[in-house]
Amino acid sequence: MATILADDDSVAVPTGDGVPEAVVVRFAGDSGDGMQLTGGQFTLSTALSGNDLATFPDFPAEIRAPQGTLFGVSAFQINFGSTEITTAGDQPDVLIAMNPAALKTNAPALKAGGLIIADTGEFSKRNLEKAKYDVSPIDDGSLAKWDVLAFDISALTLESVKPFGLGNKEALRCKNMWTLGLALWMFDRDRQPIVDWLNDKFKKNPVLAEANIAALNAGHAYGETAELAGPLKKLHLDPVPSPAGLYRTVTGAEAVSYGLVAGAQLANLPLFFGGYPITPASAILHNLVKMKEFGVTTFQAEDEIAAVCAAIGASYAGHLGVTSSSGPGIALKGEAIGLGIMTELPLVIVNSQRGGPSTGLPTKTEQSDLYQAVYGRNGDAPLPVISARSPADAFECAIEACRIAVQYMTPVILLTDGYIANAAEPWKVPDPTTFAPFPVTFLAEKNGDGVVLPFKRDANGVRPWIKPGTPGLMHRIGGIEKAVDTGNIDYSPLAHQTQTDARKAKIDGIAASIPDQDVALGGGAGHLAVVGWGSTFGPIHQAVRRQRAKGRSVSHIHVRHVWPLPANLGDLLQQFDEVLVPEMNTGQFKTVLRDQYLVDAKPLTKTSGQPFTIAEIEEAIDHFFGQRANNEGGEVDADDTQLPSIKAVNP
Amino acid sequence: MNEMTKIAVQTTLKDWETDQEVRWCPGCGDYAILKAVQRTLPEIGADPAKTVFVSGIGCSSRFPYYVESYGFHTIHGRAPAFATGIKLANPELDVWLVTGDGDGLSIGGNHTMHVLRRNLNCQILLFNNEIYGLTKGQYSPTSREGTPSPSSPGGSVDRPAQPAAFALGSGARFVARGFDVSKELGGVLKAAHAHRGAAFVEIFQNCIVYNKDVFEDFAAPKGAESSQLWLKNGEPMLFGNAKTGPVRGISLNRDHLHLEVVDVPDGEWEKAGVIVHDVTNRAVAHMLVEMPFGPFPMALGVLYDDPRPTFEDTLLGQDAKTNEGKVPDLAKLLAKGQTWTVSADGPEL
Repeated sequence: MATILADDDSVAVPTGDGVPEAVVVRFAGDSGDGMQLTGGQFTLSTALSGNDLATFPDFPAEIRAPQGTLFGVSAFQINFGSTEITTAGDQPDVLIAMNPAALKTNAPALKAGGLIIADTGEFSKRNLEKAKYDVSPIDDGSLAKWDVLAFDISALTLESVKPFGLGNKEALRCKNMWTLGLALWMFDRDRQPIVDWLNDKFKKNPVLAEANIAALNAGHAYGETAELAGPLKKLHLDPVPSPAGLYRTVTGAEAVSYGLVAGAQLANLPLFFGGYPITPASAILHNLVKMKEFGVTTFQAEDEIAAVCAAIGASYAGHLGVTSSSGPGIALKGEAIGLGIMTELPLVIVNSQRGGPSTGLPTKTEQSDLYQAVYGRNGDAPLPVISARSPADAFECAIEACRIAVQYMTPVILLTDGYIANAAEPWKVPDPTTFAPFPVTFLAEKNGDGVVLPFKRDANGVRPWIKPGTPGLMHRIGGIEKAVDTGNIDYSPLAHQTQTDARKAKIDGIAASIPDQDVALGGGAGHLAVVGWGSTFGPIHQAVRRQRAKGRSVSHIHVRHVWPLPANLGDLLQQFDEVLVPEMNTGQFKTVLRDQYLVDAKPLTKTSGQPFTIAEIEEAIDHFFGQRANNEGGEVDADDTQLPSIKAVNP
Repeated sequence: MNEMTKIAVQTTLKDWETDQEVRWCPGCGDYAILKAVQRTLPEIGADPAKTVFVSGIGCSSRFPYYVESYGFHTIHGRAPAFATGIKLANPELDVWLVTGDGDGLSIGGNHTMHVLRRNLNCQILLFNNEIYGLTKGQYSPTSREGTPSPSSPGGSVDRPAQPAAFALGSGARFVARGFDVSKELGGVLKAAHAHRGAAFVEIFQNCIVYNKDVFEDFAAPKGAESSQLWLKNGEPMLFGNAKTGPVRGISLNRDHLHLEVVDVPDGEWEKAGVIVHDVTNRAVAHMLVEMPFGPFPMALGVLYDDPRPTFEDTLLGQDAKTNEGKVPDLAKLLAKGQTWTVSADGPEL
């Protein structure tokens, strides 16, 4: 939600001088209108203005959906403000709709009293028909609960780029820059960074650069004149205080890629990435191919199975094997992951979750692969599972996945989701020297009495990593059950019992090497713990923050290590009367918690392909307090647990 | 094959035997193949420490356990993918892939195709016994039409795949054939190892339990000379023995573009139109792999051998070129793109 403590029907909460604390803007248009690009540049401009922000790109699965159709609408939402922002916002304050379809699909989300900016140049009879409008909504009063600023952006754009002699189609492509110019004016932003970016982007075609800049300037100038007459108001949001340092924006897919490279460097290993194209995970492959100087080898395999098998092969040969996919691909990799568990080789598997089952919702977000990650293999096949809470958090999570994989000789699953993968947020660029290295040692000589024992376990139950090519250490590994120490084929009852126990104990033991579960917001005891994992962090955090401001005894606990769970989590949950688990599935983590701790965790589930809104989580929290006598809210003295620390938000 | 031959290591057959009890059925053709491999490895100067045997699942895929080198017994059909990861991670390793007709052409057919078209530098030994052995005798993708089995009591109706034709069609640059008890198998393995790139060897292997003697019509010592055509580069395609019967040869019917068997009286093969085997002739190779046994002899030995750059050389070479002059700097990488600095005065570019 744009505004903290806002009533649902207000546009934004004015601070002392009538300026809201935060604003949510949504750019929506046809797939070909360049909305993601516009959103990305507006994001940069927002970051440069010092506002905190979070974004939510929402685009169709089709590459070039037929123009003007409802299913071809691409949207980019950004929430920014002079206060801490952790979600992309519940409801937009401003909707920029580039065609009727964009208006139709996005207006319902707009806050009452919000502002619609619409390009009437696209409201032709044909486009209205495609958007299933009988009459233009601009004329029939159906948009009465919003302010509407409708004008012919297309014509204004064409006019502004006329001197450059572009074809009609090319000229109209500058519409998004015109719109961006207007948005920059609305929020009092400097145009220069965008101008620099355009000059760089079109350095091979300076005419296009100039035309786009002209459109940007024209949009900006339009704001100046329109302010006199219409509902358009210029807003300046003060910067939010941030720790000093170097910043950039980062998406989850970028952060995962950087984290994998950093993790391999910290392990002192080359990184091998086996991948197969799948939405929304492909971005990781695209990123890693550009980082080969860090000892990265990438392999686009013939299928998901070959991708994971090649990664395991590379791990066997002494690289850090990594593969990534989304749910359907992870399903295909299941058997090979089991081999990784059986042969006890390091492997990092990144799952950018999307809506399922089957093909499901390729470009929409969900958290419904938790069972798959924790339980989804044949046999007793435990492996560690880590989940990232935000784009920036994915960096540390990827490093942690690499660490556990090499230190415990095990496949590790890192869960992100479509939202984290695509969304961007400001990121204080980390200093790589501050991360503790975890260099790998390969076995160099025989570890038995004149023999090599590939499955001799250390105190943590971990076997040695032996690289083929090492003289004198020849041995065989495979997926068949094996004898203790030697690893020779052995399917005797004792061998299977012993090895099953050993594999489980090794993974359970990882709990000792991970930090205790902290409380992201609120006290370590109380009435209600709202327990989340993954990308629900933002909305849960804001909802708990608001509820705490009402004086309610509610805390936010956010779990990174989904398996094994932190050693203290069971005790921590016991300190609360109630446990609520919001998640974008039908209640998977809730079930894990119930199973592990016999705690009566209550689910709050959502599977619409869209992230939770803060309001939805607040409503669920209300329910717990509504049933409780003598706790109707009311103010309590503020203390430092009522506001999140920077560390809790961006650890 | 690869650089191993340059750094020849002295070993004997004994050095390549493991302490593991071999678990194939007594009389299985796999024993003979194992011995042929163990005999060949010392001859090519292979280093056990740098040799890796990778396999999938099936009778043939137990092979790595019996060779004293590095070995990885993986999952059904996927050995080529594991081999690709191993080879890309360490191109110095000499990788042998052991698979079967079910493993390599049914569940793993996709990976076999891709490892061949990419031309990963490795030896692929496909043991073809035309049956599923380890799962107790179901018909396989290479079983002949009408094969009765537990899953096809009325006889199988699938048309069989032809491994060598599949390999060539997938883009293989080396295709050879041998059979388990053949004395020539060692030579075929050596040629495969000498080929830089993916070397595909189809080895007919007798499953004495579920598909006994299915290759007997050409593999039996009696009549072998007239039923086997051992191809040798630069030599005419002749078979038969003048002492025991007619000598014949393979000729190309130039009007209809197909091979045919011709009689070669008095050793005058040129006159009879017999063609000379050229291992680099891909068009003729396509005809040889499709040559039906019966009207023709079984084409054995190196059918095709025409190297081209390997996958790992090309891929890693491209990477090396990309990385030329680049110094890995993690701090710089993380700070890539548009950044801004926050100081006491607020953010700035």
